[in-house]
Amino acid sequence: MSAGIDLDNVVCDFGRFRAVDKVNVNIQPGEFFSFLGPSGCGKTTILRMISGFIEPTGGVVRIGGKDMKGQRPNQRPTALIFQNLALFPLMPVWENISFGLEVRGVDKVRRRARAEELLNLVDLPGAGDKMISQLSGGQKQRVAIARALAVEPQVMLLDEPLSALDLKLRQNMRAELRAIQKRTGVTFVFITHDQGEALAMSDRVGVMSHGKLQQVANPRDIYNNPVNGFVASFVGENNIFSGEVQNAADGFAQLKTAHGAFRARMEPAARGTNVKLYVRPEHMKFSGTPGAENSVPVTITEVMFEGNFISVQAITDTGLHVTSELRNDGSVAIPDVGTRLHVSFDAGRAAILPDSATAGS
Amino acid sequence: MHKTRDFLFHVYMVAFLLYLLVPLLVMGGAAFNDSKLPTIVPWKGLTDRWFIDLWNDSRVWIAFRNTLLVALAVVALAIPIGTAGAILINSVSGKFRAALYGMMVAPILIPGVVIGISTLLFWNHLSVGSGLHLSVLGQVSYIASFVMLLVLARLQSFDPGLEEAALDLGASHGQVMRRILLPHLYPAIGAGAAIAFFQSIENFNVTLFTRGGADTLTVYVFSKVRSGITPTINALALILIIVTLLAAVIYELSRRRRERRERILTVEE
Amino acid sequence: MQALFERYGSGLAAAILLLTAFWLLILLILPNITMFESSFRPYLPVVDVGGPKDTYSINNYMRIFGGDVPMSIFGFEVTIAPRVKVFLLTIFYSAVVTVITFIMAYPLAFYLAKIVSPRSLPTLFLLLFIPLWVSEILRSFAWWIILALKGPLNVVLMSLGIIDTEIRWISGFSPVIIGLIYTYVLFMLFPLYNAMQSLDSNQIEAAEDLGSPWWRTHWRVILPHAKPGIASGAVMVFMLSAGSLLVPSLLGSTTSGWFTQTIQGVMLEEQDWNTGAAFAFMLLFVCTVFVTLMMRVFGVKLSDIAK
Repeated sequence: MSAGIDLDNVVCDFGRFRAVDKVNVNIQPGEFFSFLGPSGCGKTTILRMISGFIEPTGGVVRIGGKDMKGQRPNQRPTALIFQNLALFPLMPVWENISFGLEVRGVDKVRRRARAEELLNLVDLPGAGDKMISQLSGGQKQRVAIARALAVEPQVMLLDEPLSALDLKLRQNMRAELRAIQKRTGVTFVFITHDQGEALAMSDRVGVMSHGKLQQVANPRDIYNNPVNGFVASFVGENNIFSGEVQNAADGFAQLKTAHGAFRARMEPAARGTNVKLYVRPEHMKFSGTPGAENSVPVTITEVMFEGNFISVQAITDTGLHVTSELRNDGSVAIPDVGTRLHVSFDAGRAAILPDSATAGS
Repeated sequence: MHKTRDFLFHVYMVAFLLYLLVPLLVMGGAAFNDSKLPTIVPWKGLTDRWFIDLWNDSRVWIAFRNTLLVALAVVALAIPIGTAGAILINSVSGKFRAALYGMMVAPILIPGVVIGISTLLFWNHLSVGSGLHLSVLGQVSYIASFVMLLVLARLQSFDPGLEEAALDLGASHGQVMRRILLPHLYPAIGAGAAIAFFQSIENFNVTLFTRGGADTLTVYVFSKVRSGITPTINALALILIIVTLLAAVIYELSRRRRERRERILTVEE
Repeated sequence: MQALFERYGSGLAAAILLLTAFWLLILLILPNITMFESSFRPYLPVVDVGGPKDTYSINNYMRIFGGDVPMSIFGFEVTIAPRVKVFLLTIFYSAVVTVITFIMAYPLAFYLAKIVSPRSLPTLFLLLFIPLWVSEILRSFAWWIILALKGPLNVVLMSLGIIDTEIRWISGFSPVIIGLIYTYVLFMLFPLYNAMQSLDSNQIEAAEDLGSPWWRTHWRVILPHAKPGIASGAVMVFMLSAGSLLVPSLLGSTTSGWFTQTIQGVMLEEQDWNTGAAFAFMLLFVCTVFVTLMMRVFGVKLSDIAK
């Protein structure tokens, strides 16, 4: 049984500092939703408001359609996985897991049985009698998840749970968390500053900056169709061209820049506005001859082999650094440093975007 | 170059230990001397009659019972009060915290005579007569400070996130206290209880002024020394020393055993 | 305060506040206020309390100045009230005890903190702690036996030929001072040890390496670092000594009155609780002054004095 979460113009002020600024989002039941953003963007505050440790200064938090105002954390149908896990050091693993049941008056035999069930679910069979200090980082993670699942929450809240793990473990845990979520069907609300994590695990991502939600969309749309410069820059790499709008028609616009003229997708804007054009490195193609449009002559400065792709840095005659990414599958020739080439991109793959939704707007 | 210096230091240490312990031995020895006055010289022969006399002295038993009752009452009061004080201090900050801390530590620095007299006068004002109950109240006022200090130190190593996790899982505040916070504090509470108990037993200044007519062991010994004295006092002293020594050794051994166990558990990471 | 209620729930938070209030108000503040107030009221039979004769005055405090007695201080002949003399001597000798315990404890603290191997520490501490576990009255009593006229100390000294006839130890202030030192020296030792222990041994070695002789290293490196410990220990020893009743009663004599004995006499023998309150308050006042002085001189806060 899982519930949806509605954040209705939620505001949170600490004195004069506005940590969360009119956030509006409807998280569906059973969805894996991530709040993504840099430190201080307000995502932790949102999590604490959903779990009940902070009351919003404005707006309404609804879980399962019910207004949560005045409901203390121990009254809400949520379970929180803390960043430092907060496992109880004086209790063995099985008592940790069944703590939520213990406080609800479930008897010891049933608690122990349920703890064993959950240990199997998180792939830690037989670990029930160990003490927390005897577990590794990844094992502690799973105990924390099992403990939260034991109370059958309608919503699971995860506060950057993977940030303390090393790379390989993190990647394994990503898959595991996603699998557990699918198996149990519980709504997961996940906060992180790691965009790879958010994109890989979530049904939808909410990108946040300075307390405001910049964009809510599924991972592909966040990546391929960012709505503003902040989202485009925070998620993935970009080449950025700044210039002036020349004319706009049919969702495209001409841009005059110091490095040449370009055409890209754009929402309607007035002529002469100063804007930025974003195009991702994987869409930058090299060729010996100039392209039909959106083409710039460059000199290759660096070629960096990164495993499954190759990052090629170049500099235009006008002094702008650009990056391209080529797949390491032999399909395209890797240029040498110092070569003069033309780099070009397809207008449909580039976007002219406004900066970000700032506080107050 | 350091050798001679270190040697001198070792000698000083031994001398100091002797200085501390020999008087206790002398006092213990006098309990066995068959002489009407408590002394070890002249040695008149080994005897156990002072222990027998002690066993038969009903006043001693009453004093002993009173001392025990008072000590237990003091522990029963000082633990909750000291713990509450520590928790309160830990939850506030700034000037308020400093002021509270100062007030709670001050009783240790107040002379027992002052505590005794002020307690007596205050409760007398409320028409409560003197007696052992006043001794308990007077002793608690400063013994709770020790408990508070011990618990407060232990609170520093507590992760408040654990309380939040428990609440989040649905625990009531009472359950959080009982299952999460108090278990963490038990070592400090245990130590506090031990200290409270022994501090109460050996208290004199406060008890003397508040007891009314009742005897405690310390007061009894004091009055006997001032009036007529026989080595029964030494017998009593020896018994007390041995009991406290045993308690101290047991406490120390169990503490070491617990530390060793904790060290083994946390190594497996 | 709000954090308290949020963290523990209203029931528990109220209990916590109540218990603390009970402690601070009822066991501490109000009794002291009552004592302070009583010290200004005259000693009256029960019927007259609250009536016209019950006025505030400092008469009780003036009682300390009753009767005059000649005394010589540093060669000057003065007449002084006996109670005042007792008061001043108490303070003086308590200070003496404090100084002597410091001299005795300092080398030992240094030894324990820096020289002895850490393995032996727990056992050594256990041995050192034993006298503390033994009750204070028994510690004083032990010396009562030792210092008796026909007691072991005299016997040993005589058999060693150091003295010819027994020395009457229990007269004058000396036995009281000896007793106080024995009883309270550990209260100077442990704070000193604690303070010294936090000193990085490398600093001592650095000083030596730079050519500093041992006494200068102590004076310039170790002593300053041990300041909180010195203040803490000095406060404890002074207060315990000045407030001690057992030791002066057991080991003292008619020529060596201690102020606490004066208070005891007034309270329990004369049953004049009001004057007793006044004298007690004077004792408290002196101790407070001393504590404040130590805190200023050594730059120490109240929190450092905790054991």
